[in-house]
Parts: sequence; structure tokens; C-alpha cells
Amino acid sequence: MLRLALKMLFGDTAKYLMLVVGIFFATFLIAQQSAVFCGLMRWTMATLVNVPAPLWVVDAKVEQVNETNPLRDTDVARVRSVDEVAWAMPLYSGIQRVRLANGKFKVIQLIGIDPTTFAGAPVKMIAGNLDDLRLPNTVIIDDLAVRRLASNPRDKNTYIKVGDIFEINDIEARVVGICDAMTSFTGGPYVWTTYERALQYTPASRKMLSAVIAAPRAGISPEQAALKIEEKTGMRAYTNTGFGSTPKDFGSSTVWWYVKNTGIPISFGITVVVGFIVGVAISCQTFYAFVLENIRHLGALKAMGASNGRLCSMLVLQSLTVGFIGYGIGMLVTSMFAFTALKNEQPPFFMTWHIPVIAFGVILFICSLAAMMGIWRVSRFEPAMVFRA
Amino acid sequence: MPDTDPIPQRDGHKIAVHAKGIVKTFGDGGARLTVLKNVDFDARDGEIMMLVGPSGCGKTTLLSVLAGTLRADEGDIQVFGQQLGLLKPAQVTKFRALNIGFIFQSFNLIPTLNCVENVSVPLLIQGEKTRVAEDRARHVLEQVGLGERGKHRPSQLSGGQQQRVAIARALVHEPRLVICDEPTAALDAKNGELVMDLFGSVARVPGRCVIIVTHDNRIFSYADRIAQMDDGQIIEVHDVENGQAPSFQHH
Repeated sequence: MLRLALKMLFGDTAKYLMLVVGIFFATFLIAQQSAVFCGLMRWTMATLVNVPAPLWVVDAKVEQVNETNPLRDTDVARVRSVDEVAWAMPLYSGIQRVRLANGKFKVIQLIGIDPTTFAGAPVKMIAGNLDDLRLPNTVIIDDLAVRRLASNPRDKNTYIKVGDIFEINDIEARVVGICDAMTSFTGGPYVWTTYERALQYTPASRKMLSAVIAAPRAGISPEQAALKIEEKTGMRAYTNTGFGSTPKDFGSSTVWWYVKNTGIPISFGITVVVGFIVGVAISCQTFYAFVLENIRHLGALKAMGASNGRLCSMLVLQSLTVGFIGYGIGMLVTSMFAFTALKNEQPPFFMTWHIPVIAFGVILFICSLAAMMGIWRVSRFEPAMVFRA
Repeated sequence: MPDTDPIPQRDGHKIAVHAKGIVKTFGDGGARLTVLKNVDFDARDGEIMMLVGPSGCGKTTLLSVLAGTLRADEGDIQVFGQQLGLLKPAQVTKFRALNIGFIFQSFNLIPTLNCVENVSVPLLIQGEKTRVAEDRARHVLEQVGLGERGKHRPSQLSGGQQQRVAIARALVHEPRLVICDEPTAALDAKNGELVMDLFGSVARVPGRCVIIVTHDNRIFSYADRIAQMDDGQIIEVHDVENGQAPSFQHH
């Protein structure tokens, strides 16, 4: 009987395709938009990934990593004075303008790190040497800058390479290395230099220290150290150990700040809700129409002795079949989108394991709802009705 | 399922279907309508019994009640010794699957299935394996002269051929009772006769009872007996001898 149920479904090509398209559309909208949202939120934490340090100490009012409220230079020493801290180094982080060889300007995320320890230096070098950053007027750029700072981003011959020179606020910057880094929320490429040189590149102001990056002593957890720093310095100390890892995680604080203070989640949320509504509307309506169209046949089966349970299992199988096929196609197309997005590094895309699982749950809900509507109709259909022409 | 009673006998004939004092009412209040008014009905083992009468006289309702697809408000129904009133709804459903074959006016073949698959449905409902059910379906399709059309879908067949497929479907699980609702209403005269010729030859066997509701006076001669209904009651039962059907005022 279940095989016949599938033949009944596949035999009605128009409705079958409509059902699959409805589920596909819902899956794609839910999964793709959620993954782009997660990717965008991940970009907000890019500085934390690109400047790895277990502790970030910032001004007491700072809630997210892209917000700078400068500290005094002496604050580095205050952090170092905390017993639970193993080391603490100054960090500059700010948006600056670069003038290219062709005279055009581009925006970059300038990072200034301690030249002695290189705390906060890029994790993975692609070309050049990190030690060369100690030479005068030198910078290390990320792989995005290679294209973004080229005079013609479409011409590979003009891509930035080690040895090339550009200007940051009229001061020469010579590229001595290229590294792999996560794209920033603002879309500007990351450029590393030493802390002192970063201050030279930046228009002067009274306070210029963006943050103090630090590490806890052995045997002290980052969270314990952060609490001690806050207690003894009055500054805000965050851990940088991964999203959601501790209540004081800077990444989590950053993401929640964007969720609460921007329209981004509402915008993406609306699209996801639209995907759900489209899925429910198309699938339930089409499946109900499919059941209505077959009600006489289902009624005949009922008269011939098919139990309500058996007819229900047929409808559930039909509904789940279109659900699985639509979900599969939806995730396949989402994967193709992901492949393109990750290759071009645009738009942001980050698929956590939760997204396909939640999308699958939503599709199961839609299929169950559609099946229940059909079951409701069939279970109330008197088999005697088939005798009425 | 409760045990069946011994099959009753009357005038030397085994009674296949016995109904006594059947009352069926639809609607409530002012819209209340009694369709079957204390109907008594017997159909014998091995016979083709026709139910005739004007539209709205309760033929189809009586057929539904006898087939167990509709529950009577009052009265007893025995089908081959089984009291339908004593069975729970699920048991009635199982009883239908095992003992009753159906032929509908509009065939009710599933359009997306081919003939073999359509005919195998009653066996699949009983839980038979697909291969066994389809082998049996092919065999019955041969019997109704459609052995070559097993792979065709209903839409590729004429009306007469579709009704022959429906006959094969009604007989494939060798039911003891076959219920037919206007089997020739959707067919022209020639196809109607062809279908009834075939039906008479394959359905009329000992141990089986066929009940047909019809308006079609051309097929009265295929009956063994004809029960005439009017206003929710059976007013007369005629024997058909030597294919000579009585003429009725309404037809």
C-alpha cells in the first residue's frame, strides 16, 4: 500500500512538483538566510579571531570589539600588576584610510601589536616573514587586502604582493608579509603593524590605546583572571575563548550587542519567517488540494477495507517524501550558494550544525501539518459517500 | 472478531445477507429525514439480487448499510452469519476487506496506478505481498479479458474496459459478497451488456452473493431476483425466471 501511495504522489506530477518546490523554497530561505546571518555575526567577531589572546581588557563602557573607547598607555601596566595575569600587551585597533598607487583610497582595519612579543600577530602567514614587521615602515596584510588594495581588483597582475608599497595617512607602508585572516564586519582588510608605528599612522589624540590583550597565569582560568582584572583595575575584562564559552566572552558580548542594537536580526528573521510561511502556505494548501482531489479514491480504499490508520500512514509517507526531497534539494542549493560565497568571501556565510537541524525540524513540522490536514479530511470522509456519484 | 452464527436458511435457500427492521435517519430537528423505514431484506447465496426503485427511495443507503460502510440506527444485519451490529468499527472495516467486493458507478479506479496495481489493491489492503497480489491481479485481468492491458492506466481504457477492471478489482480477493452501485450507469448500451455478460459469468458462483443497485432496466434480466423499493421500504420482491424481468412502473 505504501508503494501505491508513492505512485499516487509521483503520478500527479504538477502537485508533486509544487509540493517539492514549496519545501525547497522554505528550506533554502531558512537555511541560507540563517547561515548568512550567522556569517555576518561571525564577521563582527573577526578581530577577536584575527588577534588571538585569551583576555581582552577594554574601557568599562565597551560592549563589543568593534567599538573603541581608548585607554591610557599606563593601563597596560595596571593590567600587568594583577597577580593572575601572566602577560599583558598594548593593542591598537582602528579604521584607517590607505592611498593606493593609482591615487584611490580604501578603508582598512589597522592593528598595532607589540613588536617584541608579537602578541596578537597573525596566526597563519601565507607569504613573507612575520619578523620583518620589526623593519621600518612595514606592514603585514591579509589575503583580502591582496585584491582589495590592488589598483585593479579584476587584474591579477596588479594584486598586492610582498615588497609593494602604499600609504596610510601619507606615511609609507611596505608590505613584508601576507597572512590568512577572517574578513571584518566592515568589509575592510586587516593590516598589521607594530603598536608604535600604528600610532604614527593614526592622527594623534590624547588617548590611543584601544585595548590591552593579556593571558592568565598557569592554573588560572581566563574567566577568573578577567574577574580579578575588573576588580583591581576598574576596566572591563573579557575572555576570548570562543562564542558562548564563558559568560564573559567578548565574542558573545559582541554578537549580542549587534543583535540588540541593530536591525540585522529583524531583517534576516523576517526572511526566515517568510520562508516558513511560504512553506506552510504552498505545502499545506497543495497537499490538501491533492488529498481533496483523491478523496473519492481514498474513500473507495476506505470502503474496500483500508483502515484509517493505513490511509493516515499513506498520507504521512506522501508528505514526508516531498519533505525529504524538498529539504534535500534545498540544502543542496544552499551548499552551492555556500561554495560560491566561501570562494568569493562574500556574502558572509557560516553554517553551524544547528541550522540544518532546525531547518529539518521546521520542514518536518510543515509536512506534519500538511499531513494532519489531509488526515483530518480523510478520517471524516464516510466510506458510504463513494456510492454517491 | 466475534464468531459467526450459522448461515440461516429460508425456503431451502441459504441466506447470504439478512437484514431485519433496518431504520436509517439523516439530519436533526426539522431537517430530519428517515431514509430507510423498517426494511426487511434477504439475499440468497449464489444469486444476483437487484435493488430497483425511483431516485431517493433509499437504494444506495440500504446498499451502504448492507456493505457495512454506513451504520443503521436500528435493526439487525447478518452477512454470511456475521452480525455487523456486534462488530466494532475497526472490525467492520476488516470484515469488509476480507469479505466484500465493491463496484462503483464511476469506477473509482486510481488514475495514477496501472490496471494491475488497481486490481491488486484489495489484496494489498489485506496485507498480501505486492508480488503475490499483482500475480493474482494479472490472472483476474485475464479472466475479464484485459490480460494485455495490465500496464495501462485507467485513462488509456474505454469506459467499458474501466468497469471490467473494476470488476476484476471487486473479485480479486474472492469476496463472498459483491456490492455494485449502478455498474452500467456510466456505460453505453452495448458496453453495459458486455460488462453484465462478463459479470454474470465471473461473479455468479456458489458461496457468493451479488447485490446490485441499478436504474438500468436493460440489465434486469441478469438478476435472479429483484427487490423493488419505494419511499424507504421494499414493496415487492420479484423472481426473474428464464431471463424474463418484470416491468416496473418507475422504469
